[in-house]
Amino acid sequence: MAAVRTSSEITFNRIAIVIVLLVTIIFLAPIYWIASTAFKPRALATTIPPTVIFQPEISPFVKLFTKRSQMRNPPTPEEYAAAPWWERVVFDGGEKIVRDGKGEVQWSGYPSRFLNSLIVAITSTVLAVGMGTFTAYGFSRFKVKGEADLLFFILSTRMLPPVVVAIPMFLMYRAVGLNDSHLGLIILYTAFNLSFSVWLMKGFIDEIPKEYEEAALVDGYTRMDAFFKIVLPEAATGIAATAVFCFITAWNEYAFALIMTNRRAQTAPPFIPSQVGSGLPDWTVIAAGTFLFLLPVAIFTFLLRNHLLRGMSFGAIRK
Amino acid sequence: MPPPFAFLRIRSRVLASTMITTLDRSSRAAARGLSDISIRNLFIIPTILFLIVFNIFPLIYSLGYSFTDFRASTNAPANFVGLQNYRDLLNDPYVWSNFAITAKYVIVSVVGQLLVGFGVAMLLNRDIPLKGLITTLLLLPMMLSMAVVGLFWKLLYDPSWGVINYALGLGNFEWLADPKMALYAVALTDIWMWSPFVMLLSLAGLSAVPKHLYEAAAIDRAGPFYTFFRITLPLVAPILMIAVIFRTMEAFKTFDLAYILTSQPTAELISIRLYKMAFQEWQTGRSCAMAYIVLIMVLAITNIYVKYLNKVKER
Repeated sequence: MAAVRTSSEITFNRIAIVIVLLVTIIFLAPIYWIASTAFKPRALATTIPPTVIFQPEISPFVKLFTKRSQMRNPPTPEEYAAAPWWERVVFDGGEKIVRDGKGEVQWSGYPSRFLNSLIVAITSTVLAVGMGTFTAYGFSRFKVKGEADLLFFILSTRMLPPVVVAIPMFLMYRAVGLNDSHLGLIILYTAFNLSFSVWLMKGFIDEIPKEYEEAALVDGYTRMDAFFKIVLPEAATGIAATAVFCFITAWNEYAFALIMTNRRAQTAPPFIPSQVGSGLPDWTVIAAGTFLFLLPVAIFTFLLRNHLLRGMSFGAIRK
Repeated sequence: MPPPFAFLRIRSRVLASTMITTLDRSSRAAARGLSDISIRNLFIIPTILFLIVFNIFPLIYSLGYSFTDFRASTNAPANFVGLQNYRDLLNDPYVWSNFAITAKYVIVSVVGQLLVGFGVAMLLNRDIPLKGLITTLLLLPMMLSMAVVGLFWKLLYDPSWGVINYALGLGNFEWLADPKMALYAVALTDIWMWSPFVMLLSLAGLSAVPKHLYEAAAIDRAGPFYTFFRITLPLVAPILMIAVIFRTMEAFKTFDLAYILTSQPTAELISIRLYKMAFQEWQTGRSCAMAYIVLIMVLAITNIYVKYLNKVKER
């Protein structure tokens, strides 16, 4: 930009800043709405006009984790006084927590779905990044016949629409009993993330000077030693960034999970919408579940902010 | 497939050779471990095999079914029907309308993302306090789960208590229940989610434009339009192209968002049609044929996309 700024340029700059701030607020509004609904009392979730200022509550989270039923009669004062705080919160909403014969609190479907999401996302990430790093090293350091074609083949597997792959996979999984199993989803997500991890890791490994390994080889290291002791530590940042990307993709995946699981191995993305169902859903509970589900991704996005561009362009654009 | 433990055996051989190297330096040349070629194969082949087994083999499997009248909901054996499924699908006006809806959706959402994303990038491409933080916050929507966040847009779009109608003063405007509006409502949510992606790539392109070009243009008293169309746009174009092709491909495949938000037939994208055909109507054979038609289209776009990726990479 020119060193001397005209007053019209300064005015334009100010207008631009104001517009950017407005756009930021508009873009964050839906996310704010999810977060705020998660702390609202049920009556305030769907009001006209929308409630913006309110006394935050923890009750949606208590309801999220427990199985509840409508109360016909309000609890007696003794019952209410004897109940722990988290049960009183549910009483206040006109519901009671379902207990089994021994008086144990019954969990809702959410915690197991959340756990399934963790198991599937973490395992598939470890597999995809592990295999992807080896393969990327192979492509980066050695001459491979038809390298461009192989890399295209690898990337194209990532681009397949999930439903297209899901139809034959569903039939094959049904034949071998992998439907509704963690392993089935882990395999699918690993395959899905593998191509991404190869492309991204190849970019990171390409950046590590070959001279490091060559020096090590001269010093008597084997190729394997050089890979494990020199390349891997140098690529650590890249591996971490790739892993976070793979985790987020697996964590967010919906179509495969919807088709391949229904109960035992169901992850959170198909479970959360299924709660809406018929009738008047309790949006505060859904918001609480959504809030907890989105939280890890929001944190990871901040950790990943300097690598987002690279990951989103499959390693083509480096910055 | 290699025997399952081949990998371990090779690893132990490597470990052994490493030990020899450390024990006996004089014989290290003989104990170099695996040759480069075997390491290369060891590193690359398992991945290729994995992808063939879990991505290519299923596709071959479904190609076979696409020539049959197989229904996965019954035990009836599949009958070979030749190209019947393909012929039926290509003559089905219903399927054509699904393609038309998808095309409309792709155009609306990609153009919207391009305008919003590039526009915001132009505005952000200056000295702004907290620029890094603002950029990161803007990127948040695209990292979140489409299905789960999409679900919440249902609450935002609600005609009676939705925040959007209230904020815009639209009264009881129907977004998702109106057949004419549903597709645009889905596209709007998609624009919200993915404009940041276009913005991110545009910012990278804009910041790579050499400053001296603008200085030269300023000396020549070039107007802002001339500067934009002759300097900025041509230099950002390749990266913008990547954003457009990638989003086109993703929009073409859209399933989650549209499936969660609406069940309007006017918003039935091709992936949703495919899902219903395969898993609700259980027309397995026909859905495999349909999947193949979609697959060929996606591969064509992927091919163009990879070309552009490599083009940008070489710079």
